[in-house]
Amino acid sequence: MSEPIIHIENVHKYFGRVHALRGINLDVHVGEVVVILGPSGSGKSTLLRCINNLEVYNSGKIVVDGILLKTAQNINAVRREVGMVFQSFNLFAHLTALENLTLAQRKVRKRPRQEAEKNARDLLAKVGISDKATCYPSQLSGGQQQRVAIARALAMNPKIMLFDEPTSALDPEMIKEVLDVMLALAREGMTMLVVSHEMGFARAAASRCIFMDEGQIVEEGPPDKLLSSPTQERTKLFISKVLQL
Amino acid sequence: MPSRDFFKNVGRTFSRKSAGTDVPPPAAEGLKFIPGAEPTSRLDPWWWLVVAVILLVTLLMIFQPDPYWHIFLFVRDGLVITIELTVISFVFIIILGLIGGLGRIAKNPVIHFISSLYVEIIRGIPLLVQLIWWYFAAPAVIQSFGEWVHWDALATYHSNPIVLAVVGLVICYGAYMAEIFRAGIESIHKGQGEAARSLGMSYMQSMVFVILPQAIRVVLPPVGNEFIMLIKDTSLVSVVAVADLTRRGREFMAAHFNPIEVWTLIALLYLVLTLVSARVIAWLERRRKY
Repeated sequence: MSEPIIHIENVHKYFGRVHALRGINLDVHVGEVVVILGPSGSGKSTLLRCINNLEVYNSGKIVVDGILLKTAQNINAVRREVGMVFQSFNLFAHLTALENLTLAQRKVRKRPRQEAEKNARDLLAKVGISDKATCYPSQLSGGQQQRVAIARALAMNPKIMLFDEPTSALDPEMIKEVLDVMLALAREGMTMLVVSHEMGFARAAASRCIFMDEGQIVEEGPPDKLLSSPTQERTKLFISKVLQL
Repeated sequence: MPSRDFFKNVGRTFSRKSAGTDVPPPAAEGLKFIPGAEPTSRLDPWWWLVVAVILLVTLLMIFQPDPYWHIFLFVRDGLVITIELTVISFVFIIILGLIGGLGRIAKNPVIHFISSLYVEIIRGIPLLVQLIWWYFAAPAVIQSFGEWVHWDALATYHSNPIVLAVVGLVICYGAYMAEIFRAGIESIHKGQGEAARSLGMSYMQSMVFVILPQAIRVVLPPVGNEFIMLIKDTSLVSVVAVADLTRRGREFMAAHFNPIEVWTLIALLYLVLTLVSARVIAWLERRRKY
């Protein structure tokens, strides 16, 4: 098998006295869609945030696209290649949807305005909201905001996309529109790490599922196997509770 | 007699809600709801107070030229000094406040310590004492330092009261402004900066393009408040040989012994400055779009 695009080796992370990640090992290859499950406080989001250095891990090793994070001279070079979608959207509130997509393209990728805007309009069309280009985030629904946020991350042409509970803050009827965009992205072959409890999405798109608890990877495997017949007691308990919903 | 349409238009311009139900407002089609920028009357209701005070001052000067018109002619150069002092100081206060505010949130412990020390010390000393220190003590300090290092330009330093007054005002107000900017920046949701950084922007880029444009909206009311306080506090420079509005008023009173008229007019002139500023600030607040 080829070299993994994300290589995580024995990573530990502390928040003060809280041991948030306890020796995580994980390899992700190009084109894989990895869904991370687990109860709150299990370290899923922390792991995701370590991959683009929003959190700095304390020991171990993370290599993203051939760059070792700890010693990276220019962390922004790594972040350009890793798109991130947040639970709370985090769209720039003072900019329109279109400007949200063009800002980093122009300031980081140094693209000329026209190229950035064309790119932005194409992406807004792709996520199905080209008619909202001139709207401010406060004028958009949650689902629309999250789709703009996905388009904003894609505008940088990342090699990897990280999704941190992208549908947890959404009303039920808006979850589908966001998942549809993510599903389309997965089908195009994007490398994705998704922290989510959307079992439907995991079954449809994931090449692998990971169950985390108390800062460790408890179990991993193909979605059908992990979701239907988990081997670990902790996983069984969690899956049964989530499926009751 | 004016037509019915005339009254309909009057109602539409001045009432906060659209008056006519039978005729849709002309611009209603392309209109979208933008929070904080509802299409209401453009006229700030408090302009009447500005008009009233200006009218009062004008009437006093026209119908009682002795002494009001004479006082005004005497103090008007002081009025110019007061305005200049306020505007020039304020530009530097914004710059110093921004630097101090960024220093207060800096992760670098040295920068954080220096800016915190500055804020804590300056905030604890009365402005009047600071102005007096800059006028009487600072030149002496500079001169002795010049003699010590044998630098003639400093040893023979002659103080310029206006420059020292600006320095005193800027350093004092800069400390308050630093706290306002710090609070403004900290009020912006952490996720905004994280989103900017996750797109590969540097710290400075995320500050300049994402955090500060949003913080401006938050800090505009307290910054406007500082501006109005600054207008009034410039009157303190009258004790350090700056011929501002207050000092010119005192000079006129010393010659003519008419405290009621002099201080009434001076008070009204300050009121005109502060009321107009308040309206401009209110207008700035309303035109923030998102």
